[in-house]
Amino acid sequence: MNMMSEAAVEKALDRKMNAVPFKMIGKDVSVYYGEKRALFDVNLNVRENTVTALIGPSGCGKSTFLRTLNRMNDTIDNCRVTGKITLDEDDIYDPNIDVVELRARVGMVFQKPNPFPKSIYENVSYGPRIHGLARSKADFDQIVEQSLQKAGLWNEVKDRLHEPGTGLSGGQQQRLCIARAVAVSPEVILMDEPCSALDPIATAKVEELIHELRANFTIVIVTHSMQQAARVSQRTAMFHLGNLVEENDTDKMFTNPDDQRTQDYIMGRFG
Amino acid sequence: MTEIVSSSSPAFVRPAAARRDIGIKRRYAAERRFRAYGMAAIMTGLFFLFVLLWTVLSNGYTAFQQTTITLPIEFAEKVIDPKNERATNPSKLMTANYPLLVRDALVKALGIDPKNRPLVKKATDMVSASARTQLRDIVVANPSVIGTTVNVPLLAEGNIDSANKGQIDLKVEESKRKVNDQQIGWMKTLTDSGALTKDFNTGIFTFGASSRPEAAGIGVAALGSLYMMLIVLALALPIGVAASIYLEEFAPKNRLTDLIEVNINNLAAVPSIVYGLLGLSIFINFAGMPRSAALVGGLVLTLMTLPTIIIATRAALKAVPPSIRSAALGLGASKMQTIFHHVLPLAMPGVLTGTIIGLAHALGETAPLLLIGMVAFVVDFPGSPMEPSTALPVQIYMWANEAERAFVERTSGAIIILLIFLVVMNLGAILLRRRFERRW
Ligand SMILES: Nc1ncnc2c1ncn2[C@@H]1O[C@H](COP(=O)(O)OP(=O)(O)OP(=O)(O)O)[C@@H](O)[C@H]1O
Ligand SMILES: [Mg+2]
Repeated sequence: MNMMSEAAVEKALDRKMNAVPFKMIGKDVSVYYGEKRALFDVNLNVRENTVTALIGPSGCGKSTFLRTLNRMNDTIDNCRVTGKITLDEDDIYDPNIDVVELRARVGMVFQKPNPFPKSIYENVSYGPRIHGLARSKADFDQIVEQSLQKAGLWNEVKDRLHEPGTGLSGGQQQRLCIARAVAVSPEVILMDEPCSALDPIATAKVEELIHELRANFTIVIVTHSMQQAARVSQRTAMFHLGNLVEENDTDKMFTNPDDQRTQDYIMGRFG
Repeated sequence: MTEIVSSSSPAFVRPAAARRDIGIKRRYAAERRFRAYGMAAIMTGLFFLFVLLWTVLSNGYTAFQQTTITLPIEFAEKVIDPKNERATNPSKLMTANYPLLVRDALVKALGIDPKNRPLVKKATDMVSASARTQLRDIVVANPSVIGTTVNVPLLAEGNIDSANKGQIDLKVEESKRKVNDQQIGWMKTLTDSGALTKDFNTGIFTFGASSRPEAAGIGVAALGSLYMMLIVLALALPIGVAASIYLEEFAPKNRLTDLIEVNINNLAAVPSIVYGLLGLSIFINFAGMPRSAALVGGLVLTLMTLPTIIIATRAALKAVPPSIRSAALGLGASKMQTIFHHVLPLAMPGVLTGTIIGLAHALGETAPLLLIGMVAFVVDFPGSPMEPSTALPVQIYMWANEAERAFVERTSGAIIILLIFLVVMNLGAILLRRRFERRW
C-alpha cells in the first residue's frame, strides 16, 4: 500500500503537467482502411516521461491511433494515414525516416502476450542483436539482465533463461514482452491493452511496472479499464467514433471532465 | 454424513419437471451411425492396404534369395591363354573362352561324359550366362589365379533358381516345363554335396539391367533415382521456398498475383506425362541435353514437384501466427529479418513435410521419364547425371513386362525396395518435423 501513497504523491506533482514538454505530436491525424475512415483529424500530443492513457468504447480507433505512432499501420494492406506526427522534431511519416529506426525508438507491447517461441534470453536479446546494440556475450548478458530487471521478471526467470519464453505464465509472458521492448532502449513504449489477458495479480504487477518505467520512458497505453487508466496514467485521452473527444489530466478527467460524452462513458452509460 | 443426507427433508425438493423431448435418442443414434461409417471407412482402407502389402510381400520376398552353384573352377592356362600371350596382349584375357571352364567344372562335378553333347548342354544350361563375365572379372583383376583351382559361387540360371524355390510345378509334363527331370536330378546331387545353396541375393541391389533375371538388379535404376532426387532437392526446395516467400510475404495482392496463385494450384493437378512432354521439347529438343540422362529426369521432376512445394510452403507460412510477425516488426526488425528469423523457422516443419511428400511423389513417378527416354536397357552404372540411366519405377515397369517367373518375383522385390525407400523418406520427414518442433 506504500506504493499507492507514492503514486498519490506523484499525482500531486503531476498537476503541473503543462510544464512537461511534448515527446510526440499528432496533428490532424486521419486514418483510412480502404474507403472506411477510422480516425477523424485527431490532434493529440504525448508528453515526455508521462503515461498517457487512451480510453473509449470498442471500435473507436484507440488501437488505430496507437499504431500510427510507430507506423505499425504500414503492415496493414490498404491502410492510409494522413496528417502529421512528429517524434521530437522528426516527422515520422517523412520519406527520409526509416521505419526500422522509428520502431527502434518507439517500441510496442501487444494485447496478447506474443513472445517468440525461443528461449527467454533470445527473446530479450533479439532486439539488441538486430540493431547491433551489443557485440560481446557479456554485453548481451548485461542487457538481458537489466531489461528483465526493469520488467520485474529477473528474479522469477534468472535460473531458466534458456528455457522457452512460451513456457511462462501469461503475466510473466507479458512482462517478458515488456522486457523485450525495453531491451532496445526505446524512447516511447506503446501498449495496447497489455493487461486484458491477465488476472488481477499479474495486472497489478504490470501496472506497478508501468509506474516504474515512466521514469525512463514515455508511455502510451490503451485500456478498457477506467480504474487502470486512473491508476497508471497522468494524462488521459478519450476517443469516440474515431474522434478525439477530450484530452486532459487524468485526475481532472475522472473527477470533472469537460465533455459530457466523457462523463457518460466514465459513468458507464455507454460503451 | 449419511445422517445429514437422510435427515434433509424431502419437502424442500421440487418434483422433477416433465422431461421435454429434445431428441436425445435421435442425436445419439446419429452419432453412433456416423462412428460406424467412420470405422467402416477405415476398415476398408486397412483391408486394401493389407491386401496390397500381402500381395507384394508374398510375391516378392523370394527375390531377395538367389540360388548359387559353387563349383571348383580350374583356371586352366590352356583354356584361358593357350599361347601365353597375355603379357603382350592383355585383351586376350577379356576374350578367353570362360564358359569352357564352367563346363569342365560341371562335367567333373556331375560325372558326365564330356563327349555326350546334349547332356553337357543340359548341364551348362543350369549355370547363368553371367558366369562368363564373373570369371573374366576374377581373372582380369588378378591374373595370378591362372593355373590354380578356386571355389567360385556361380549364379544358377533363372529357371533353376525358380525350381529350387519350389516355384515350378514338377507335376507338369516334362516337355512343357522349363526344367527337365535330368536337371532336377542334378540339382538334388548338387544340393546334397553342398554345392547348390540358396543365399541372400545381393545382386538385386548391385546389378544393372540384364536379360537374364538372375543377373538383373536395380543398382543402375537406384543410382539414377538417387541422382534425380538430389537434383530435385537442390532445385525445387530453394526455388519453391523463394517463390512462396515472395508470393506470400512480398507480392502485392492484385489480379496478377491472384492469377499466378490459381495457376500454381492448377499446375499441381497437371498430369505428369505432360511434364514429360514439356521436358522432351525444352530440355532435349531445344536445349540439346542428352536423352535418358538423370539430369533431364531430375529437371522434369523438379518442374513437377515445384507446385507441391510451393503450395505446402505457402500454407505453412500462412499458418504462422500474425502475432509473431507483429512482435518482430514492432521491435524494428525489417521484413526480411522477420521472415528469416521467425516466420520461416516456424514454417519449416510444414516446408519439410511438403518437400518430402513432393520428393516421394517424384521418386515414384514413371510416365514423364518414359517420354524422355529413361526407359532404357542400361547395364553400366552412370558415373554422372549426364550419362544414361533408368529410375526405380521405370525398372519395375520394364520387369513387369517380362514373362519369366524369376522376373515376376523381381518385380515385386523391386516394389518392396521402392516402398522401403518411401517409408524411410516419410520417417525422415516425421523425424525432421519433430526435431524442429522441439527446438521452437
Ligand atoms: N485492419 C483493419 N482493416 C479494416 N478496418 C479496421 C482494421 N482495424 C481496425 N479497423 C476499423 O477501424 C475502427 C477502429 O478500430 P480500432 O481497432 O482502432 O478500435 P479500438 O478502439 O482499438 O477498439 P477495441 O477497444 O475493441 O480494441 C473500427 O471500426 C474497425 O472496424
Ligand atoms: Mg484495440
